Amino acid sequence: MKDTQEGLAVADKTIDMDLNKIKAQILDKYPIKVARKRAKQIVVTQPGDSNTMPEIGANVRTIPGILTQRGCCYAGCKGVILGPTRDVINIVHGPVGCSFYAWLTRRNQTRPANDDSPNYMNYCFTTDMQDQNIVFGGEKKLKQAIQEAYDIFHPQTISVFSTCPVGLIGDDVHSVCREMKETLGINIFGFSCEGYKGVSQSAGHHIANNGIFKNVVGMDDTIREGKFRINLLGEYNIGGDSFEIERILNDCGISLISTFSGNSTMGQFANSHTADLNAVMCHRSITYMAEMMETKYGIPWIKINFIGAEATAKSLRKIAQYFEDEELIAKVEEVIARELPSVKVEMEKARALCEGKLAMLFVGGSRAHHYQELFGELGMKTVSAGYEFGHRDDYEGRRVIPSIKVDADSRNIEELSVEQDPEKYRLRKTEAELAELTAKGLEFSQYDGLIKEMKNNTLVIDDISQYETEKLIEAFKPDIFCAGIKEKYAIQKSGVPMKQLHSYDYGGPYAGFQGAVNFYQEIARMTNSKVWSYVKAPWEKEPELAATYALS
Amino acid sequence: MLLRHTSKEILERKALMINPAKTCQPIGAMYAALGVHGCMPHSHGSQGCCSYHRSTLTRHYKEPVVAGTSSFTEGSSVFGGQSNLIQAIDNMFTIYEPEVIAVHTTCLSETIGDDLTQIVKKAYDDGKVPAGKHVIYAPTPSYVGSHVTGFSNMCKGIVNGFSEKTGEKRNQINILPGYVEPADMEEIKRLTTEMGIETVMFPDTSGVMNGPQTGRYHMFPKGGTTVDELKSTGDSMGTIALGSFASSLAAKFLDTKFKVPCQIQELPIGLPATDRFINSLRKMAGVNVPDSITRERGQLVDVMTDMAQYFYGKKVALFGDPDQLIALTEFLVSLDMIPVHIVTGTPGKEFTAKILELTKDQSEPVNVKAHGDMFLLHQWIKNTSVDLLIGNTYGKYIARDEDIPFVRHGFPIMDRVGHSYFPTVGYKGGLRLVEKMLDAMLDKKDRDSPEESFELVL
Ligand code: SF4
Ligand code: SF4
Repeated sequence: MKDTQEGLAVADKTIDMDLNKIKAQILDKYPIKVARKRAKQIVVTQPGDSNTMPEIGANVRTIPGILTQRGCCYAGCKGVILGPTRDVINIVHGPVGCSFYAWLTRRNQTRPANDDSPNYMNYCFTTDMQDQNIVFGGEKKLKQAIQEAYDIFHPQTISVFSTCPVGLIGDDVHSVCREMKETLGINIFGFSCEGYKGVSQSAGHHIANNGIFKNVVGMDDTIREGKFRINLLGEYNIGGDSFEIERILNDCGISLISTFSGNSTMGQFANSHTADLNAVMCHRSITYMAEMMETKYGIPWIKINFIGAEATAKSLRKIAQYFEDEELIAKVEEVIARELPSVKVEMEKARALCEGKLAMLFVGGSRAHHYQELFGELGMKTVSAGYEFGHRDDYEGRRVIPSIKVDADSRNIEELSVEQDPEKYRLRKTEAELAELTAKGLEFSQYDGLIKEMKNNTLVIDDISQYETEKLIEAFKPDIFCAGIKEKYAIQKSGVPMKQLHSYDYGGPYAGFQGAVNFYQEIARMTNSKVWSYVKAPWEKEPELAATYALS
Repeated sequence: MLLRHTSKEILERKALMINPAKTCQPIGAMYAALGVHGCMPHSHGSQGCCSYHRSTLTRHYKEPVVAGTSSFTEGSSVFGGQSNLIQAIDNMFTIYEPEVIAVHTTCLSETIGDDLTQIVKKAYDDGKVPAGKHVIYAPTPSYVGSHVTGFSNMCKGIVNGFSEKTGEKRNQINILPGYVEPADMEEIKRLTTEMGIETVMFPDTSGVMNGPQTGRYHMFPKGGTTVDELKSTGDSMGTIALGSFASSLAAKFLDTKFKVPCQIQELPIGLPATDRFINSLRKMAGVNVPDSITRERGQLVDVMTDMAQYFYGKKVALFGDPDQLIALTEFLVSLDMIPVHIVTGTPGKEFTAKILELTKDQSEPVNVKAHGDMFLLHQWIKNTSVDLLIGNTYGKYIARDEDIPFVRHGFPIMDRVGHSYFPTVGYKGGLRLVEKMLDAMLDKKDRDSPEESFELVL
């Protein structure tokens, strides 16, 4: 199954395409200043090793009016990172809309322990600010809202999210939270995640990481059972992905202390510093947490990926390798050996229908990379890909971090200064042990990025615009295009099947072994469905009339 | 239970809204702007609002919804968004070539105090608006009103941006259809055409938000009210504004500015309101109602009488937008049903008064609230159960928990299709509503009836 992209059975029609010419054609339409800016964010991959990898412009401001996929800081903070946790009341402080749109639309699934255990995820809470709150300030209303949430629901935790106008009128959300925390005796904290901060959802991820780290992680020192205890970071349980990963880890005998944040509870976050390894799935949204936990508590982190059957197997092996336990290594191999054959059967079936087809992926901050695994397993080529809110390190690998310029937009996002905890720090592996493992191929704190895994002569585009999307479809006529809901129907109207990789089009799970099977079947369905053949009416296909019949 | 924390006991709330029955102004403005031919809506604020509005409209219509954003950063939030907007206008006209750009504000740009009149003027002065192209605008602060208010504000923005008076009266009637589905707009046009009346309906999202699959994507499809049609609205004989919350502002503006007299009435949902609509059209245009329409009416009345037993005395809870709820309530009452719990998230005392008036003769008191939320509605239902729930997709959580037959109506509907293609206005729309309500209630009856009394014929 390895290297399935090698030796495509079907001829690759893009191999000789002049992508620099396509790039130039795209840029041609733009006003000069726009073209200059976009040129840096569109990169043609070149043959050669990583040293010749071109630099890509990323995590920079979106050009007004260009029609971006991006959302805001608040969406990254509340929607992405904190949305999937079920036992917290998330009050959005602002006018009604911001909270309304984030209400259940991300499909984070959750499984409360029993019928009585708290689950607020189906609820939407907002202070619904009115004009007088904008004029006279909204702190009183927020305080009252927290009180009411407490009186009605008696939650253990309340968190508050600031939206754009809140930052502007200067409500001190954090002092309100502190005060109410004192009064009510439960954990209450706020996030200054106003939508205008940063340049995309990415800023919100960072703010969310900081907030959970400061206010929740480390509060519960109970050592839970299990010999091999890990946290899974950056897995949000869209369509049940976490459930499948939990199943596999459980079968391997690996204990999941906390997931950030799919199918999670605040209690799990509070206890997460007791785990012995952080496995990072989405490098963009959650590595802040991994790094802070490493510094403060001594937990090393590795990059893993549970999207793709082979990637899942590899990730399990990495975890087992870390613990250096023969029994665990054997168990992991046993699970892989049990799961892979049936996955492979389904893969071959789908591959027969998909091989040689072209895919494009423009989504998020890690999925545009991870899902290439699955397409590769189907023998499909990813001809173009990019992130919506990735940074240069997500494209080029972490080695470029020192050379990334910190601009004004990033500087405004707080970097917590974290130190080793005098009591709770526990060295998991000595320097020597880490070095030894590294020598054996287990890399710590490493991520090589998306570009390295792309084929030569492909197009990598950051923060793609609607116009560029249309041009790509024209130029490549891909067999499938992956992006989000906003892009979906424009692409489908062009006759190209479009797979949503934020919401999975209400399907999934796609992670792990079972998830891979679901995805193979889904892509086979999408690229082979009859429905696309009816687009032209019979009379449009052959407009000439053989005879005329006139009513007299 | 999906909503396991919703209790029967109702605690009065002053600050916390739970499960809103409304959303914010800009999305309504964006939807209205899509009903202008060749129009690119533009959200003047940070890019999150725009992303959310596009996503939500897309989930509801399963159609492309394009719109620009000024992509405010922290800097623009401090210094104002003028340069962002002018740059955006320039970029959109250059790259996407719309006929019209319709700018609406967001909470952010409103709080900053950006002045759209001045910024748009500057865009024209700086030559950023190509000859023959247009920029219109409307202020839409979400801390006032709801998405319905935003729709209404953009309707006014359309009049403000386009309507002209040449002095020469035109034999046509303006119709403001209200915040309804493209299918409804299409149906209103069909009815007026059937009656032989010339109309300019705006906005008109039919053909835009329910377009065909052709294998070719057109950012600006055939539908939408054209600029020329919009210009002519100042010369029309009169305006019929459907739904006072969504349409009266623009209608009154046309009246005061161009002396085009207006008549404001309920959305033509259900029999009584459709009767009034057809009657007003007849009188304003001075035409006879064709038999074909009287026949459609008769068909609706026929089904209402045929199936009356299943409606009589059934209690209904409904939530959504005020214009829809007013017309629906009247329709339900006309079917001998009893609307017992009614919530709109949109503020407005007129709403409550109107509902109380419509339900004053019924055997059960009505719970009604404007600027309410679905949490309260659910609590009311827990206290007095109902036989039917009508509202947007979010209602399905209540419907499942309480095992209530559920009819989707309103915005947003994100889990079913049909609303873009089949109207609920007019007599045909009334038929569809009757069908949907019967389906929902009778499916439950079939599911729950004991085997010995399971009926073949109903
Ligand atoms: S800030 Fe205002 S306009 Fe933007 S989504 Fe929130 S409520 Fe709507
Ligand atoms: S107002 Fe700000 S926080 Fe709310 S959706 Fe818009 S950009 Fe995001």
